[in-house]
Amino acid sequence: MSELAREAIVLNMGPHHPSTHGVLRLMVELEGEVILRAEPVIGYLHTGFEKEMETRTYHQNIVFPPRIEYLATMIEEHAYVLAVEKLLGIRPPRRAEIIRIILAELSRIASHLVWLGTSAIDVNVTSLLMYCFNDRERILDLFEAVSGQRMMHGYMRIGGLQWDIPEEFPARVREVVEEIPRRLEEYERLLSDNLIWRQRTEGVAVLTRQDALRYGCTGPIGRGSGLNYDVRKAFPYGGYEEYDFDVPLGRRGDAYDRYLVRMEEMRQSCRIIRQALDRLEPGPVLIDDRKVALPPRRELVRSMEAVIHQFKLVSEGIHPPPGQVYAAVESPRGEKGYFVVSDGSNRPVRVRVRAPSFHNLQALPVMLFRNYVADVVVAIASIDIVLGDVDR
Amino acid sequence: MTDRREEVAQAFRGLAEEEVRFRDELTLLVSRDSIRDALVRARDLGFLMLTDLTAVDRHPAEPRFEVVYLLTALDPPARLRLAMRLPGGDPTVPTAVEVYPGANWLEREVYDMFGIRFLGHPDLKRILMPDDWEGHPLRKDYPLVEEPVQFFGHTPKPPSAIIPRTPPRKD
Repeated sequence: MSELAREAIVLNMGPHHPSTHGVLRLMVELEGEVILRAEPVIGYLHTGFEKEMETRTYHQNIVFPPRIEYLATMIEEHAYVLAVEKLLGIRPPRRAEIIRIILAELSRIASHLVWLGTSAIDVNVTSLLMYCFNDRERILDLFEAVSGQRMMHGYMRIGGLQWDIPEEFPARVREVVEEIPRRLEEYERLLSDNLIWRQRTEGVAVLTRQDALRYGCTGPIGRGSGLNYDVRKAFPYGGYEEYDFDVPLGRRGDAYDRYLVRMEEMRQSCRIIRQALDRLEPGPVLIDDRKVALPPRRELVRSMEAVIHQFKLVSEGIHPPPGQVYAAVESPRGEKGYFVVSDGSNRPVRVRVRAPSFHNLQALPVMLFRNYVADVVVAIASIDIVLGDVDR
Repeated sequence: MTDRREEVAQAFRGLAEEEVRFRDELTLLVSRDSIRDALVRARDLGFLMLTDLTAVDRHPAEPRFEVVYLLTALDPPARLRLAMRLPGGDPTVPTAVEVYPGANWLEREVYDMFGIRFLGHPDLKRILMPDDWEGHPLRKDYPLVEEPVQFFGHTPKPPSAIIPRTPPRKD
């Protein structure tokens, strides 16, 4: 080894590499195949949503959140709507809250299924992608039954929901929720004790609890490192305090622990959905405040008041009191927050999206230090980044 | 939660210029010179996680920029927001990277979008925009370029002009 010169080479991974889950470019400095330094380069998917949201009214902005993080769409809408509701100081009716929780948890399962399929394909378990997308399609069918859209729903409204769920919806959800844990067991049989899977993920991309805290990593990344922080438990929103569920924690903070945490999270989501279905009771799904929500159609033919309210809402929008609020939800990637600043007019002065992937990606160089090149792919997969969420 | 908020407000009595309580959130207004002390004090109080660091452009009001630090304590759960106003002519802030390492990218993003410079930051360069981009997109005086849909004989309004901005309500 002595007469051979050791020198570091710089390797660009991405932005077209299939394992970068979008458009991420990684500049990796290598010595042999050991990583000395890694620097993520982002911004290839920067769309300018925050600027865009300053030029629309609060109601028009509902279409943007699902396009920011396009895998967990309902959770995203939930976050934005909660922020505006907090600004107005209102709470939606109970039935709307329960339906929102059902949809948000279904969204979490769908997102984790995509993560499972794509991270499996990153270590060449190709068949799993098909199974996972098959299951996810069933969940998207449920969303379509509710909102008419597979992915970009625009179903939640400030103060409730667009309309009520169809009659047969709870039965269909129950069917899916019964089915999914059985499927998950099958996938775990395929992966958990699989020698290749374990060797590729155990001890790879280790993040200590201390580092997770310092870099603000939340969600399965932080919990995989043993950081006991779940927004649903710490700062309950939208009625989550009534539900009984556990928060899985990892110990070693490697990619395998994150996999276990996410698998357990899906089961807990099924548990929450079952409880929510039992609590479903008839009632209104939109708040009865004419300054916030549109009046029902049947009133428009009878009452002049309703026509005026509708006209005001459509032509101007709502006028929240001046102030700034921050509302966060637990997305599949961590803490998703919306920081909304209002000056009392019908448009927000500033909408800031607190993107969990952005923070988690920042810790990637820490995770990769002294790992091998082949582990980069596993590390990116275990973070479960969505580049739309990173770049906004 | 409530007693904790009072305790935090009590701890910042000397540093904070103003306390804003809105929708049970506590915002402390801190001056530029004391932001470092405020961050260190918050960390020692148990606010170990920097959840978000962002800025608000209050153009044409003066002081123009407001830098916002959102801090989270995990056990017991609590949130605290520190806000700091900056003049538009000289938007420089001491960096928070030594106190919270996670502030690195967030400060780069604020610099990229607002042109606020963080003194002492290890690597202050653009993060979302290309390196050679001119201007700072999230400033209010940076125009939003929109293209109305093209029809023959009729040009509809651009999307942001469909519902005009209304002044703040007095009701």
